[in-house]
Amino acid sequence: MAKIFIYPATSLILSDMVTRFGHTPLGSAIAIRERVQTPGLESPPLQITPEEPKKGLRWAAVEVPSGVRGRMALYGPMVEECDAAIIINNADLAFGCMGCARTNELLKFMIRQKDMPKLELEYPANEEEGVKFVAAIKKFLNDLGGKP
Amino acid sequence: MTEYNPAYGGTVTRYVVVESYDVTPADVAIRAYEIAQGVMIKENCFGLVIMGKEEDVNRVITEVRKMDPAHIFVKDRGFPPGDARRCRATLGGARPGFHGIEFEMGILPYISHGLEELDKRDPTTVPAPVQEGTAARLDVYTLKKMIDAQEP
Repeated sequence: MAKIFIYPATSLILSDMVTRFGHTPLGSAIAIRERVQTPGLESPPLQITPEEPKKGLRWAAVEVPSGVRGRMALYGPMVEECDAAIIINNADLAFGCMGCARTNELLKFMIRQKDMPKLELEYPANEEEGVKFVAAIKKFLNDLGGKP
Repeated sequence: MTEYNPAYGGTVTRYVVVESYDVTPADVAIRAYEIAQGVMIKENCFGLVIMGKEEDVNRVITEVRKMDPAHIFVKDRGFPPGDARRCRATLGGARPGFHGIEFEMGILPYISHGLEELDKRDPTTVPAPVQEGTAARLDVYTLKKMIDAQEP
């Protein structure tokens, strides 16, 4: 069972496909759950503390805005931990503020730099593309050793 | 600074999204309640939120998925159900994150079709999806030929 980083990190479709074909998806919910379920000092709403931008320095330089470094503190460890990644390009739902946009760019750059199997796709726009989309993910995940 | 103690430590929360012609979220909720055994289940407009120990949540999800495997989708969630920091009952308006699910629900019928088709077809025989920028484009010479061909 491999750990697959999914981008967009909140994607329902990718999260489901990865679980369905026998692997573990790594997305935002995992990182948020880790923080929400850890006792400490209250820092609502996401339990992101001033420590996170400091941790983010591992992946982004000090002149990068703290919003990007804070987000990288969530995603960076997962990108380092993952065995493979699936990226959906031009995903409308990954739209967000400038912090999200820059984090997304850095995230995609890090994934592409890492020496690991990667699959890049677009969202399907019709049924035939849906078949190709699911087949590509299934083939990719089966090659990693998931259940058929 | 106040001390923070999580309400449901050691649990996992998952969304079950139902996009089916035969099964409604209410049907899935009834089936989930039947086998809940201590798992917290919340029904909402698009499916369920299930929270509990990981093995219990997985057991419930495996069972409810059997109702319509190609049309029931599952996703992790960071916050427990009804958490005041995320629940729309306290915040007002749609819950942050709902818009992402709403967007992908428009694509789920294509995914369901793909899953059903791949039960009948071998995925290795299906051609790879076309990537942006690699699609064959009409070149200028062909375009010129087409324009000329339409002249009387």
